[in-house]
Amino acid sequence: MADKELDARGLNCPLPILRAKKALNDMSSGQTLHIVATDPGSVKDFEAFARQTGNALLESNEANGEFSFLLKKA
Amino acid sequence: MADKKLAIIATKGTLDWAYPPFILSSTAAALGYEAQVFFTFYGLQLLKKKLDLKVSALGNPGMPMPMKMDKWFPVLGTALPGMESMMTFMMKRKMKSKGIATVEELRDLCLEADVKMIGCQMTVDLFDLSRDDFIDGIEYGGATTFLGYAGDADVSLFI
Repeated sequence: MADKELDARGLNCPLPILRAKKALNDMSSGQTLHIVATDPGSVKDFEAFARQTGNALLESNEANGEFSFLLKKA
Repeated sequence: MADKKLAIIATKGTLDWAYPPFILSSTAAALGYEAQVFFTFYGLQLLKKKLDLKVSALGNPGMPMPMKMDKWFPVLGTALPGMESMMTFMMKRKMKSKGIATVEELRDLCLEADVKMIGCQMTVDLFDLSRDDFIDGIEYGGATTFLGYAGDADVSLFI
């Protein structure tokens, strides 16, 4: 179970990333953020986000047209 | 990773061209970049308190037209009165249905994320504009201001 949930369904680039960043700001190091999105571009974007910010992308899954990500705050 | 810098010059004042500067600078800020956008000529429109941005098919032959409008109104038809407003209305409706943020929302997110926005003072003078026309929280400067920042930026874009 993640420490925080973010529903980014229906949002398009760059909103899922911006909302995730905002959510991470209120979290402490080591906590996890679970994100659900419908934007297919978010798959690559969250990989790039993790690479550039140092927050680890623990999981990236797709099911029924929805994409879910688990980020661990650095 | 907060040591990367993004510098953008925004020169266009239509709805479609308003997106790249605000999307890239807000995202850069989220990635920990320092971001600065210099708004000049028509791009200065993007800093107005009240935005009234339109899309235009004029000089833009690659633009996909809704409802095969390009078949009914080839090229010159796009210059008919009311066409621009109709296309803008349709574009905004389409954007909303796809979950794309409005320009106002993205601009607010940029301000929130401390993206520095600089209005070109020469353009303000050129078009007889007043600083009262523009949103708060921006600065004014010229080419030297931009180059002073962009000189050691990691990414510099002219949009």
